[in-house]
Amino acid sequence: MNHWLILPILLPALVAPLIALTMRYDIVLARIFSLASAAALLALALILTGIAHDGTVTSYLLGNWAAPFGIVLVLDRLSALMLLLTAVLAVVVLLYSIGGWDKRGRHFHSLYQFQLMGINGAFLTGDFFNLFVFFEVLLIASYGLMVHGGGRDCVRAGVQYVIVNLVGSSVFLIAVGLIYSVVGTLNMADLAVKVADVPPGDRALLVTGALLLLLVFAIKAALVPVQFWLPGTYANAPGPVAALFAVMTKVGAYSIIRMYTLAFGDGAGDLAWLAGPWLMPAALVTLLLGMVGVLASRALGQMASFAVIGSMGTLLVAVSLFTPMAMSAALYYLLHSTLAAASMFLIIDLVSERRTGFGGNIEVAPRFAQMGFLACVFFLAAIAMTGMPPLSGFIGKLLILDGVRDADWAYVIWAVILLGSLLAIVGFARAGSTVFWKSRSMEGALKSSRRPVVLSFVAVGMLLSGTVFLTVFAGPVTAYLDKTALQIFTPSVYVEAVLGHVWDK
Amino acid sequence: MLLFSLIFVPFVGSLVAALLPADARNREAWLAGGVTVYGLVVAASLYPEIAAGEILRHDLPWLPAQGLDFVLRVDGLAWVFTMLVLAIGFLVVLYARYYMSPSDPVPRFFSFLLAFMGSMLGVVLSGNLVQLVVFWELTSLTSFLLIAYWHHRADARRGARMAFTVTATGGLCLMAGVLVLGHIVGSYDLDVVLAAGDRIRAHDLYLVALVLIALGALTKSAQFPFHFWLPHAMAAPTPVSSYLHSATMVKAGVFLLVRLWPALSGTPEWSWIIGGAGVCTLLIGAFAAIFQHDLKGLLAYSTISHLGLITVLIGIGTPLAMVAAIFHILNHATFKASLFMAAGIIDHETGTRDMRVLRGLRHKLPITATLAIVAGAAMAGVPLLNGFLSKEMFFSEALLVGSDRNWWMSAAAVAMGIFSVAYSLRFIAIFFGPPATDLPRVPHEPPRWMRFPVELLVLACLVVGVVPAISIGPILDVAVHATLGASTPQYDLAPWHGFNLPLLMSVIALVGGVLFYVVLRNRFDLHARTRTPLIYRFNGAQAYETVMLRLTSGAEWLLRWLGTSRLQPQLLIMIIAMLGVPLLLAGVPTQWTTIPRQGTDPLFALVWVIGCVCAVAGAWMAKYHRLAALSLIGGTGIITAITFLWLSAPDLALTQLMVETVTTVLILLGLRWLPPRIEAKELETPSGVWLHRSRDMAVAVAGGLAMAALTYAVLIHPASDTISDFFLLRALSEGGGSNVVNVLLVDFRSFDTLGEVTVLSIVALTVYALLRRFRPAPESTGVPAQQGHSLDPASHQTPAEQANSGYLMVAGIYLRLLLPFLGVIAVYFFMRGHNLPGGGFVAGLIFAVAILVQYMLAGAVWVENHLRVRPHRWLAFGLVLACTTGLGAWLFEYPFLTTHTAHVTLPLLGDLHLPSAFVFDLGVFAAVVGTTMLILVALAHQSVRAHRLPSEEAPQDSRRPS
Repeated sequence: MNHWLILPILLPALVAPLIALTMRYDIVLARIFSLASAAALLALALILTGIAHDGTVTSYLLGNWAAPFGIVLVLDRLSALMLLLTAVLAVVVLLYSIGGWDKRGRHFHSLYQFQLMGINGAFLTGDFFNLFVFFEVLLIASYGLMVHGGGRDCVRAGVQYVIVNLVGSSVFLIAVGLIYSVVGTLNMADLAVKVADVPPGDRALLVTGALLLLLVFAIKAALVPVQFWLPGTYANAPGPVAALFAVMTKVGAYSIIRMYTLAFGDGAGDLAWLAGPWLMPAALVTLLLGMVGVLASRALGQMASFAVIGSMGTLLVAVSLFTPMAMSAALYYLLHSTLAAASMFLIIDLVSERRTGFGGNIEVAPRFAQMGFLACVFFLAAIAMTGMPPLSGFIGKLLILDGVRDADWAYVIWAVILLGSLLAIVGFARAGSTVFWKSRSMEGALKSSRRPVVLSFVAVGMLLSGTVFLTVFAGPVTAYLDKTALQIFTPSVYVEAVLGHVWDK
Repeated sequence: MLLFSLIFVPFVGSLVAALLPADARNREAWLAGGVTVYGLVVAASLYPEIAAGEILRHDLPWLPAQGLDFVLRVDGLAWVFTMLVLAIGFLVVLYARYYMSPSDPVPRFFSFLLAFMGSMLGVVLSGNLVQLVVFWELTSLTSFLLIAYWHHRADARRGARMAFTVTATGGLCLMAGVLVLGHIVGSYDLDVVLAAGDRIRAHDLYLVALVLIALGALTKSAQFPFHFWLPHAMAAPTPVSSYLHSATMVKAGVFLLVRLWPALSGTPEWSWIIGGAGVCTLLIGAFAAIFQHDLKGLLAYSTISHLGLITVLIGIGTPLAMVAAIFHILNHATFKASLFMAAGIIDHETGTRDMRVLRGLRHKLPITATLAIVAGAAMAGVPLLNGFLSKEMFFSEALLVGSDRNWWMSAAAVAMGIFSVAYSLRFIAIFFGPPATDLPRVPHEPPRWMRFPVELLVLACLVVGVVPAISIGPILDVAVHATLGASTPQYDLAPWHGFNLPLLMSVIALVGGVLFYVVLRNRFDLHARTRTPLIYRFNGAQAYETVMLRLTSGAEWLLRWLGTSRLQPQLLIMIIAMLGVPLLLAGVPTQWTTIPRQGTDPLFALVWVIGCVCAVAGAWMAKYHRLAALSLIGGTGIITAITFLWLSAPDLALTQLMVETVTTVLILLGLRWLPPRIEAKELETPSGVWLHRSRDMAVAVAGGLAMAALTYAVLIHPASDTISDFFLLRALSEGGGSNVVNVLLVDFRSFDTLGEVTVLSIVALTVYALLRRFRPAPESTGVPAQQGHSLDPASHQTPAEQANSGYLMVAGIYLRLLLPFLGVIAVYFFMRGHNLPGGGFVAGLIFAVAILVQYMLAGAVWVENHLRVRPHRWLAFGLVLACTTGLGAWLFEYPFLTTHTAHVTLPLLGDLHLPSAFVFDLGVFAAVVGTTMLILVALAHQSVRAHRLPSEEAPQDSRRPS
């Protein structure tokens, strides 16, 4: 009997209320439990990756109701990968938050654990109504985290974030209803089986549902034209929360990959690959718009947010081809861009805190504490964000360029990706030069009220070494990702594991 | 491993150097010197194998699936470049030790320098093209840092960014080009690519690959039209200039062209692109150099011109031209590095680099002057110096290009020769004439070891110039053989080849150059010119700045038009997406047999009319009358509940009703603390606003209609097989309850319920956390306006007094009595939930209403004095209970949330079904109660806090959400 699959959801679901209940007034205890939980999640993610490594797809029937009637959790290489990424990020960001952010409002650690529960659930579930539920969990928890610490801009941006995403949730429900009305199931694997048999007269309804669902995922993934919420949200959220959010856009990307390869893949007959034609142009525009935003930004947080939008564009360009090679590249880029963006947000937080009165604005300010070190890590993170060698962004970009080579639009994609990189390079060079170099020419120094916390620097270092790890071990990592991509494009294994499985005790 | 250490050691050295203290000049220099000497020894030890024509390889697996391995490959060409990079690197380190002032933070300098050295070695030693691109970009990055070393200076920052942008752009092109090349060949391995020349040249994508790779190489080597960055990069410290911008980094571009010569050259496209860029560069660079006033500026343009010369030779592409190109790469590195160092010494000693001020330096700096004059002569191509040899080879190649008829190439070559003699004279002129008196500092000869690198390099110029065959011959031979392989030509390195055309050209250039300089100096007043004649209009740097400015302002413009930080446009876009739905559905309904229409019930229709009116009116009032809007929306909710009831869904109706009640009351309580909204005086609506509102209206209506169409399509759609039959069949037999909805919630899909209850709890915790920081608007802290009149008993009583002894006494007694009754009702609904409408969720809401009423009646203070409300406990207990119930299944080796129904017979009560789902439902109940109460408490405590607000917490005002 194998209960590992439920634990990444169950553990934070239990730890969160316990922290809210017994450790509300004891920050030290809350930190210990929260960190222990995150570390345990990391261990769990490693175990699950080990389980999924050999290509088996494992399912877990909740309530022991056979699929498609009950809810089922499914572990394959892709979900294991996403869990691992989330867990790594969770531990690092938590370490950073313990440096002081968690004290600035109520219930930080509870909300943090709920957030992890939501993300893990979204990656594990094999039921698309349940996916909706986890979208809600992660949305509400992220809203709570985002307004943690408060402040006028933060709350204002939070309202926008939550309203846009609630509208997205409503659309999600409508889409689920539509799909259910046609195929009569909520199970993704079952949907994959039934889509091919949908009578021609019903296809229009199904397509409508599928495309509305794509819209919802696009909102999560910050794809043009529904990307507007992201810059305000990420730039105004507390630094560590923004760093954790780096994996939230990936939930959207994951859902797109899962849904449109499993249910609307080769087996879907006339409806096969219906997401691609919509996704590709949107992703290309997203990429360019994001990088243009990098160039136009007047504050570091805003710039990093736009870079995230650009990286989502890059990622989804590769996804939208729906070929194993491009998918593998996309997954590599996904890992990289999450770590890079998270490190960038943490660094920007460190910088803004020290520039009292200037914050993250890209303008000249007097010197501040640890300026040299921060300049150095900013430089590294910028290298990662813009996809320059030697960090993993370069390999990610290379793999994507290589992976889209045979596409119809290959030239356009190449041109857009390279142009996007150039814009990002120019933007980051300008910002770094102004904030770190030009500021040197000013007299005086800023006094910061906050003491430097070693943990914050450790967290930044861990994330950056993550990108180094991805570079050095690019071979093994891509080998795993190639197998993951192959598994993604062999949905029969998934379907068999879910539907052909009767619980035996 | 030895090979690997060649690249690895400089990077490690770079890290160590960065960690040393800021004033450790000597330690830094020893470290950097040690690293370079180590490299030199290793590289030199490879010579026997290299000289024997072997190619040394060292493979490390990296990305095998993509055909990307980390390959170090040393052939003759790479070896010569390695030696060049390391030897000049060593001299630069030595020089820099004395050049850098004690106030400069040297760890950064040596760290960057070593990192650059490692990157450069990586470029020349790469046996894999992608790996070459990696190191290529690394040289761009490290040179960016080196140029901006004095980053408090604006020119350094500007120059660094310019150089970086241009070379990084080229790097991106190169990356694309390499990918195309890899696609053509099927491998990135250098050996394979070099062997596949014919296949590459015949391929459709040849031109694409060539152009992209050429863009990479030409930007790096500062070739026209990208040459403008190099003069601006002179803002770097002089050791950097002499290393990067004469000997190594700019040579990376021509190195790449030489490296890929076997694979790409031999076509007209190659000659035109590479040669064309080279010729333009060679003339422009040489001409512009004459008119510089800055010593380093002159040297920079001269470097551009010499690189152009090398590029032309590569463009010509004949084996002999390649020999000349490689030879000139070496020669140029020697004399240009020494000249830069000499310029640095002059700058260091006199405090200025302005040639209009500098003169007569040979009096104060005799040794430096001699060295610089010899190196300058080498630059001009004076016989018996190394520059002469390669320049003559260039002349003879130039003659061959047009054969007998076309002399343009030869003319260009001679013109370049004339210009270079002229600028060399301009450079040398600073040593002659009367000693300058207005120098910022009084010059002295520099320290012994600062001059040493210059001496060594000048000596090399001389030796190579006099006895080339013995000195440089074997080394050049190694590189040439590695590049040209079988097509290596016979060539003769000697200062004297007899009287021939190239010699004549050299003489013309020398004599013409002297004359040209004298004419310029005496007739055109060289010192007074502030810009280069003729070509000043083609200012690349200006164009670059303009492009950058346009790009940034364009980006800002684009973002202003395409971006928004306001909510309304975002929602507009999402609703517009809905408008596409009917299009997708076009033609659908006709394909279905419509289900028989049932008779219209006028009463039901009326109910819906009321609901619609409520909804529209609610939207109408939302802007200025929140209370009215909220009540109207509540009305819509009730209508929805009635509809559920009408359509025989009592469970849904009950839940809807309770949810509607609780949310409306909670929002009402929240409204109390919002500032009043001042109604706008709408005298006259501007037409813009009118249009805007009409558009919104139209979109809203259309979006609504689209949703209606969608619903209609679903409703007339014949029922398909769904999983719901399963639930209907198994609810009682396996779920142990006859209320399918409840069994669905607590058993079939209890995991969803768990998730949703979690959502509720998170909402409550968030509301609580947010409201802890919330401070009501000052205008809403006092007694509400409605109670403000002194006749109103509420105006001078606390809520508790009103309820206990005031005008609310009767109501108070009834409502308090309600508490136990509602409690019993909650228990009742909870207990029957599994079989009849009810359940934990509804029961929780009912119980919460009971508490809520008490708060509304007597105020937070009184209630909390009499009743210990512990919402956190309820909430956490509920969640933990729900989870642990699910976990209980593990004890029986079933998956999480599996239920079990116990059938027990109790005396008095008889047969009982006790499903474990019941306990789960209890958890739901507790969590719902906790959630509602937590939100209630958070809101109610505002009243406790609001009264002490104005005096203490006014400064907190800015934190208030708007």
